[in-house]
Amino acid sequence: MADISTTKVSGSNRLATGWTRSKSTLQRQGPLIALVILVLFGAFRYDNFFSTYNFLTVVSYNTTFGLIALGMTFVMMTGGIDLSVGSLAALCSVVAALASPFGLLAAIGAAALAGLIVGLFNGWVIAWLRIPPFLATLAMLLAARGMALVLAKDATVSVNATSDWAGLSQGILFGIPLPVFLLLAYAIGSIVLNLTRFGRHVLAIGGNEEAARLMGLPVERIKLAVYAISGVLAGLAGALLAGQTFTGSTNEAVGWELTAIAAVVVGGTLLTGGMGSVWGSLVGVLLLGLVFNILDFENGFGFISLGVSWQSVIRGVFLLIVVLVQSRLTRAKKVRLGQEPSGP
Amino acid sequence: MNQSDPLLQMEHISKAFPGVVALVDAHLSVNRGEVHALVGQNGAGKSTLIKIFTGAYRRDSGSIIFDGRAIDFQSPQQAQNNGISTIYQEINLVPFRSVAENVFMTREPRRWGFIDWRKMRAETATLLKRLSVSIDVTQPLMNYNIAIQQMVAIARAISFESKLVVMDEPTSSLNEREVETLFTIIRQLKADGVSVIFVGHRLDELYAICDRVTIMRDGRTVDVREMKGLPKVELVAKMLGKDLGEVRRHGQTSFEVGQHHVEQEVLLEARGLRRGRVLQGASVNVHAGEIVGLAGLLGSGRSEVARAVFGADPLEQGEVRVEGKQVHFHSPADAIHAGIGFCPEDRKMDGIIPYLSVRENLTLAALPTLARNGIVSREKQQEIVDHFIRRLGIKTTGPEQKIRELSGGNQQKVLLARWLCLNPKLLILDEPTRGIDVGAKAEIQALIEELAEKGLGVLMISSELEELLEGSDRVVVLHDGQTVASLDRQDISLNAVLAVMAHGDDDNSLETANKEEDVQHGEA
Amino acid sequence: MAKLDPATTTVAHRFVLPERLRNFGQTYGGLTALLLIILYDILFRPHFLQVQSLYNDLQEVAPIAIIATGMTLVIATGGIDLSVGSLMAFAGAMAAVIFLSPALSNIPLLGNMLALIIPLIVTGLLGLFNGFLITRFRIQPIIATLVLFIAGRGMALVLSNDKLQDFNNPGFQFIGQGSVLGVPFQVILMIIIVAVFAVIMRITTFGRYVLATGGNEAAARLAGIPVNRVKLAVYTISALLAALAGFIIIAINSSSDATRVGLNGELDAIAAVAVGGTPLTGGQASVPGTLIGALIVYLIGATLVSQNVSFGVAQIIKAAIILLAVYFQRQRKG
Repeated sequence: MADISTTKVSGSNRLATGWTRSKSTLQRQGPLIALVILVLFGAFRYDNFFSTYNFLTVVSYNTTFGLIALGMTFVMMTGGIDLSVGSLAALCSVVAALASPFGLLAAIGAAALAGLIVGLFNGWVIAWLRIPPFLATLAMLLAARGMALVLAKDATVSVNATSDWAGLSQGILFGIPLPVFLLLAYAIGSIVLNLTRFGRHVLAIGGNEEAARLMGLPVERIKLAVYAISGVLAGLAGALLAGQTFTGSTNEAVGWELTAIAAVVVGGTLLTGGMGSVWGSLVGVLLLGLVFNILDFENGFGFISLGVSWQSVIRGVFLLIVVLVQSRLTRAKKVRLGQEPSGP
Repeated sequence: MNQSDPLLQMEHISKAFPGVVALVDAHLSVNRGEVHALVGQNGAGKSTLIKIFTGAYRRDSGSIIFDGRAIDFQSPQQAQNNGISTIYQEINLVPFRSVAENVFMTREPRRWGFIDWRKMRAETATLLKRLSVSIDVTQPLMNYNIAIQQMVAIARAISFESKLVVMDEPTSSLNEREVETLFTIIRQLKADGVSVIFVGHRLDELYAICDRVTIMRDGRTVDVREMKGLPKVELVAKMLGKDLGEVRRHGQTSFEVGQHHVEQEVLLEARGLRRGRVLQGASVNVHAGEIVGLAGLLGSGRSEVARAVFGADPLEQGEVRVEGKQVHFHSPADAIHAGIGFCPEDRKMDGIIPYLSVRENLTLAALPTLARNGIVSREKQQEIVDHFIRRLGIKTTGPEQKIRELSGGNQQKVLLARWLCLNPKLLILDEPTRGIDVGAKAEIQALIEELAEKGLGVLMISSELEELLEGSDRVVVLHDGQTVASLDRQDISLNAVLAVMAHGDDDNSLETANKEEDVQHGEA
Repeated sequence: MAKLDPATTTVAHRFVLPERLRNFGQTYGGLTALLLIILYDILFRPHFLQVQSLYNDLQEVAPIAIIATGMTLVIATGGIDLSVGSLMAFAGAMAAVIFLSPALSNIPLLGNMLALIIPLIVTGLLGLFNGFLITRFRIQPIIATLVLFIAGRGMALVLSNDKLQDFNNPGFQFIGQGSVLGVPFQVILMIIIVAVFAVIMRITTFGRYVLATGGNEAAARLAGIPVNRVKLAVYTISALLAALAGFIIIAINSSSDATRVGLNGELDAIAAVAVGGTPLTGGQASVPGTLIGALIVYLIGATLVSQNVSFGVAQIIKAAIILLAVYFQRQRKG
């Protein structure tokens, strides 16, 4: 009886598998490697770079992006996209500010709840009404900002600051530095992704939705869940935003979803879904954050003066590079498995 | 529950879709521990029948008894949970996920609420070991070749403790060695008392592994036989609806079995065509005014030859000459420019632009000639459209009707007209009369003949043997991607063609066929 | 071959409108809705019919109608262009930078001409870039155009040095503020563009090719249509029209604010297309329908504002309308 495991190792198959392995490793660890390089670069070049202050600043500033990117990771893994998170964060910052008289905890809870409700709505529209994710969330982008304006009565809402709030702008929440919370969130996210059925099913849907459906996965419910998660995290980010600016502002958080998308993609999650990494998104957020941090330092040196506007250009370039690389990899895999002819 | 009762018994199954009757009184009976072949050409109804008992479709009428109980599955999951597993031709698994995950998707083993990876991996490895496969189950499925992916699909099917496993064209992507391994597994399943329904078209394989065969044609079950002792030719004949020994009667089609005026001029020479697993060096020639019929079973490469010649798919190897000059078509536009037209097999997927009108669809390929400075001349368009509507008898409420509203036959006429607008030299027709009512069929056949008489070369693919035999000046037979015979007018006979289709390039296939026929008639 | 079709296996409880109603809606729905809104405005919106107010309305609609026209073509091929808003900002910023540059500010004629031509070319190239990603690299249109969606506005900001660029340039401002025979210039531009592309879609080979590509790409290819070239063309056209719209906006405002020009432009364009009856799946297109759609979406917003509905609520309603329009369109396909 022929043992067909040998067919895998013979000849060109071995080369192919080996190549895939090393490419996947590169794809997976690439961002981390880049992150390390950047840290080293910064440490050597700038005096204050390697200080606790700088790190805390970078991470705290990026905590909001980090939260949103976590939610975006789950959404993108199903092959979807959530363009409303920025507006949602703004909306929830207003909610948090409005709830602030009842205490910090209430504010955070209210913001998260608001995010959950909007996220559920997004998920319903996408999963059951079958409206394409980009369109549904693009419309929500508009609607959420509108809701923010309505709630804020077209003004900005001040946060009724108690002493708990004061810490937030410093990067401390209930006595614990924000980065810890961020790590905790990502740890939970990673556990959900890797150790629960739900997490595996999220990836399955993005990988081959039809097959997933045929295998009996409750595709609609899972999609609903990921958009809800994205909503809650956007809500939390909104609460954080309110804490950092002491206002519920309807003008903030513009374009945050784009940063999140760039970070998630850089971190190794495929735009088309099916494959990805929660920790990778964190690396992506930090990577992008560091790039901008370094740009700030360089500006200080006066060698170059790159304004804030370069940030979105850089994000766009990152996105482009990753998308191109990803498109090659996915095509190469298809060709090798005889699913697509190798012609043009 | 009597163990000698059939495991699955389907009787008098019928199913109709809007506009199409898929099954009319179909039967299928599978015993326990049996490997049962299900054969039939395209449109015979095999897929529909399977989808009905696996829960994808609901039947219109008839009864299904599975494992002693009457059943009516509402979804594939229900069928799966009740012991029927299906392995599809396309691997319906998630390529990015690991082997282990794919096998256990939806039933991942858990410990305290979290996935127990170790158990999942171990159990997957055990399952695969039963199939003689030892691989790293943590690797993504797509890292492995198709054969292994098939095995994983089978492992998943088995892990459900199924009583019945349906395999739909499982060998289409496997090489010989891999097929042998698959067969070993099937024999093992059989020994374990699991029944297998094997849908396939490669006769050698069916004969090697199956116990009995159910033959379907035109939505009906035509016959159920033991594989042993069933001559191949007879199997093929039944699939195609022919009775061996039937005398050729003229006039079964609209083709006049007279002489076509075949000119010496060679229009098309295609040699040594190779592409992927399907085309393995096929060749075909067409002369001006000649109708060449391309025959062969499903999967023999007919459509692939057509598409390759037309430039729709890139060739890996092979040479194509048009009117003596070598050509390299990079796209259909090149072929069209060289005077070739192509009606694809699947009108809906590759032929019509559904929401555009008859007029638009008809003149689509000819637009550059109908336009001046980029602006389409409406009058010229109108003229051409009216001309062809009359000429071909296209039944439509008017040129502006959306083509998707037309019947199959009329859609086909529009597609034909699309090429006729351009006065092509060579027309490649892939199943030109499939899914068309009798009247339209006759009209189209007459038209093809007329065109040939005017000097047009025609390469015609058809699964309807009458059409092929009566209409062709020459029949080229493909088998497993190679040309195995080219029969001239005088050599064309039903038996000859069936024999070559059945046996491929076995030596003396004709002789064997005749011997079998003799056995059939009790003369040996 | 036994490939299961999820559409038959999943329980699809979809409410489907009766056939007659659907057909009516398809042909006359848009126009009817527009007329109803106009009626309402005449009755309830003060000064609606006054020339100045009408001018205002048309001025605001013009840029949207223009980019929506480009979007119609892109959607007709089965794609989408999310970058139009950012490209508007980009083109506007580039134009301002050019005619404000010290070298050219003294030669207004040359300055204005270059300010029109160069950004047009560059933006067109960006559109070509979009098309290239989609045809050569087979990247999905959403993702491909997402790149410029993200980077385009940033590029505009970089060009304008993050600064708001005010200007007083009567020559250029004519685009946004001038009028010919009493009709605002950009309205004329809008009418010309809509008319031109409506005609192109109806009677040119290119127009038929666009519809065929979106209707059934495989069949179009087999019929000899240069599908890739068609796609490259529509994305370029979309970008060029976005540039024009960008010019108009900065001309109206006499300033180039790269953070605001074209903000949510892509959503407005998609809304106009969807409400106007062009299916988002491609294969059919109605340029005049898109114009009606643009008018409807705009007027609803304007009406709400005039009725003292807060801006926020108006946004929410607009978003809801977009979703409804898309949802009903999917219904139409049955």
